[in-house]
Amino acid sequence: MNVILNGEKKEIPSGIDLESLLTHLSLPVKRVAIELNKEVVRRKDWESIKLSEADRIEVVHFVGGG
Amino acid sequence: MPDTFLLAGKPFTSRLIIGTGKYRSFAEMQAAHAASGAEMVTVAVNRVPLDRATESFLDHLSPEMQILPNTAGCYDVEHAVRTARLAREALDTDWIKLEVIGDPVTLLPDNEQTLQAARILVKEGFIVLPYFSDDLIMAKKLLDAGCPAVMPLAAPIGSGLGVQNPANLKIMREQLPDATIIVDAGVGVPSDAAIAMELGADAILMNTAIAEAGDSASMATAMNFAVQAGRLAYLSGRMPKRLYASASSPIAGAIN
Repeated sequence: MNVILNGEKKEIPSGIDLESLLTHLSLPVKRVAIELNKEVVRRKDWESIKLSEADRIEVVHFVGGG
Repeated sequence: MPDTFLLAGKPFTSRLIIGTGKYRSFAEMQAAHAASGAEMVTVAVNRVPLDRATESFLDHLSPEMQILPNTAGCYDVEHAVRTARLAREALDTDWIKLEVIGDPVTLLPDNEQTLQAARILVKEGFIVLPYFSDDLIMAKKLLDAGCPAVMPLAAPIGSGLGVQNPANLKIMREQLPDATIIVDAGVGVPSDAAIAMELGADAILMNTAIAEAGDSASMATAMNFAVQAGRLAYLSGRMPKRLYASASSPIAGAIN
């Protein structure tokens, strides 16, 4: 199925949960945050939230800034 | 008595808060951070790249530093609020440097949207430190909204122009004697930082002036001194300005 991840169209396994999505794409899991359809998802809920077609996901971390 | 800087109830020894952007290397950033004496650094929230492995930027910061995430790059209330929520979730901190930018050329703040975002975030329990134009009335509104401090700009972000409107800062200090005022953005050299502190700022937040200096660590040391010197001068009380001379040596008793 297709989702929009960090602004890019991405094909991912159907019904995958957020926790597995990070592992599947080799994304960092420490000190990152996830937003699903504009709502922050608490870390404890990553495992239980299954993604659906056309979901919009943002995975963010920290970079240098002022 | 030590001159402790209290921000949202938390004591700081240093009145210099610095950024983590634009450094040429991690080593240079770390040396500058250590030299600055700062106890809090800002970081930005950004999308994780999907095409390459990334190391955690935060691993390059001293564990003693308090991390202050910002909402840089946000141009409206919704993006700023969402970014703040993401930062809180990732870092487990309620502290947020709120930036809502109004225009990409000047990076001047959109004060109206900053205030709206501040109200939302304060209600959600955030410790909101808002970057805004150096305007007394806006400062009052941000404080009324529940911000524990206000962060007026000295000049546009990254411009290094120094305090462009000292009268505004002075008025803000005089009219809001109990408010915590942090001058954020626009400092270029230590004398700029000293001037802002002499005018009564409680602290200074800077990034580019140190990161873009030829020797960042050395400039960080200079900024540390300048902030301390300006603070001491403010507490000491400056002499009055006079149009004409006032002799320092006794006039009576000079030989003729």
